[in-house]
Amino acid sequence: MIHFENVGLRYGMGPEILRDMTFDIPKRSFQFLTGPSGAGKTTLLRLLFMSLHPTRGIIHMFGRDLSQIPRGELPMLRRRVGIVFQDFRLLDHLTTYENVALPLRVRGKEESSYRNDVLELLKWVGLGERINVLPAVLSGGEKQRAAIARALMDRPEILLADEPTGNVDPPMARRLLNLFLELNRLGTAVVIATHDLALMDQVDARRMILTEGRLDLYE
Amino acid sequence: MNELSRPKAAKAALPKAPSKGQPQAEPAKQPRRAEMKVRPTAPILPPSNIQGNALMVVIAIMAFLACLTFGAVTMVRATASSWQSQISREITIQIKPEDGLDMDAALKKARDLALTFVGTREGTIMDENATARLLEPWLGTGLNLADLPVPRLVIITIDEQNPPDFNGMRAQLKTAIPQAFLDDHRTWVDRLVSMAHTTVLIGTGVLVLVFTAMILTVVFATRGALSGNRHIVEVLHFVGAESSFVANEFQKHFLKISIKGSAAGGALAAALFAAANIWQSNSLATPESDQATALFGTFTIGVTGYLGIFATIIIIALLTTLTARFTVMRTIDEIDLVRSDPARSDGLSAS
Repeated sequence: MIHFENVGLRYGMGPEILRDMTFDIPKRSFQFLTGPSGAGKTTLLRLLFMSLHPTRGIIHMFGRDLSQIPRGELPMLRRRVGIVFQDFRLLDHLTTYENVALPLRVRGKEESSYRNDVLELLKWVGLGERINVLPAVLSGGEKQRAAIARALMDRPEILLADEPTGNVDPPMARRLLNLFLELNRLGTAVVIATHDLALMDQVDARRMILTEGRLDLYE
Repeated sequence: MNELSRPKAAKAALPKAPSKGQPQAEPAKQPRRAEMKVRPTAPILPPSNIQGNALMVVIAIMAFLACLTFGAVTMVRATASSWQSQISREITIQIKPEDGLDMDAALKKARDLALTFVGTREGTIMDENATARLLEPWLGTGLNLADLPVPRLVIITIDEQNPPDFNGMRAQLKTAIPQAFLDDHRTWVDRLVSMAHTTVLIGTGVLVLVFTAMILTVVFATRGALSGNRHIVEVLHFVGAESSFVANEFQKHFLKISIKGSAAGGALAAALFAAANIWQSNSLATPESDQATALFGTFTIGVTGYLGIFATIIIIALLTTLTARFTVMRTIDEIDLVRSDPARSDGLSAS
């Protein structure tokens, strides 16, 4: 589904943040992306989300070479990728329901056509009672789940999550992990960027370990 | 966690149908709760925030000033034009007294001669009383004109569109009545025309300056208000919104703000002119009104003035809307620029 070939990235004239990245992310796979702080996890996620362009190498997304795709087509490709930001990026003036429905709304869909789907999804992530609540009132775990629900809303083929358990306590981290596993069982590929070893130890999954810009894979 | 164990509930929203034999058991049946109602969907952009309200006030003030300047320039132009036309509508024949000259006969002769020319409309001889009144400020009352060598005047009204041949008239008058002198007010008219043109030019200059200031203020205020919404642009962009969708949302939002602001400012300016006009009409022939009229002319901006104010409102609204659109498109371009050139990264950590 996603293929990186000798991908490298540097900021300006600085040293390469990521070097010689060659890996695949298969369909329906589950993997952790880990490494020490500053190793380039977020940068790699941004490459996967097409919000950064590599300084060298080739990236194939869904069978297409990213360097050949015109800018105008990127939104269509991004719709196939769900992303959960470390800082959630929920819009403060919208309720949980409205935040989660945002991906469908920007596609011009009528509210009546997706209302039930959004409510079902919110129930599934445990926010069924919080649909009319603004983000300011939500706890860290609730915000995280709202952000996850928003990322899942348009049925992405792959979900990227940046430190999804960074702001929650261990029980909530466990619950979120269950959510990702459940989602993966339903067919979505999942990449979780984390440096939470305890979390990774709970699942026997592929590990992508970034060290000083280099990637090692442990199947 | 029961809520997280309901794949069936989410089947409509998730990528694939749930596989059989899910590990989670259905939760025990609970009393059915009332379905929660969803509030009416809020606009993607917050309808009012500090930046939006501040922008509306800035737009209202600039619209008010621009409309006020526009009205004032319209008024000055009308007043200048009125000075010019009032003077150029008349010419004067002056007859100096001389021994042996029958003044009354000369006055009539001069008037009749002038009226033979095409382009003249009416001739009025200023009688002795009128002449005495003219001289009253300098010579006092009870003046006996027979005792003084005072010139007498004939006022001829002319057709402004088709003026008579002044040189021909002057020559014939000189032949028929050597003491007659024709004053076509050319010197005054020329000076007034020049003054009126200068006044209108200054007014237009002020109008251009105010409009430029208004445009720049509105553009910068709009961009300032938008900078507070950059995170919304980013979120919309990252959830897969196309640039045109994001731009349209912002465009709609800022159109509402700008129409409210510019309509308030324009309406206030129009109301001010209307109120001044009503005051002037209701206080005709009072010293205050006369003074104001002498200084500013009549406070009437006419249909053209009100149409101009309306046009100003529309221009400001369009300007704000276009600025919002271009700024949003540029923000999206910047996000894409960061994509193509990581050196421009907007501070996102590279952990």
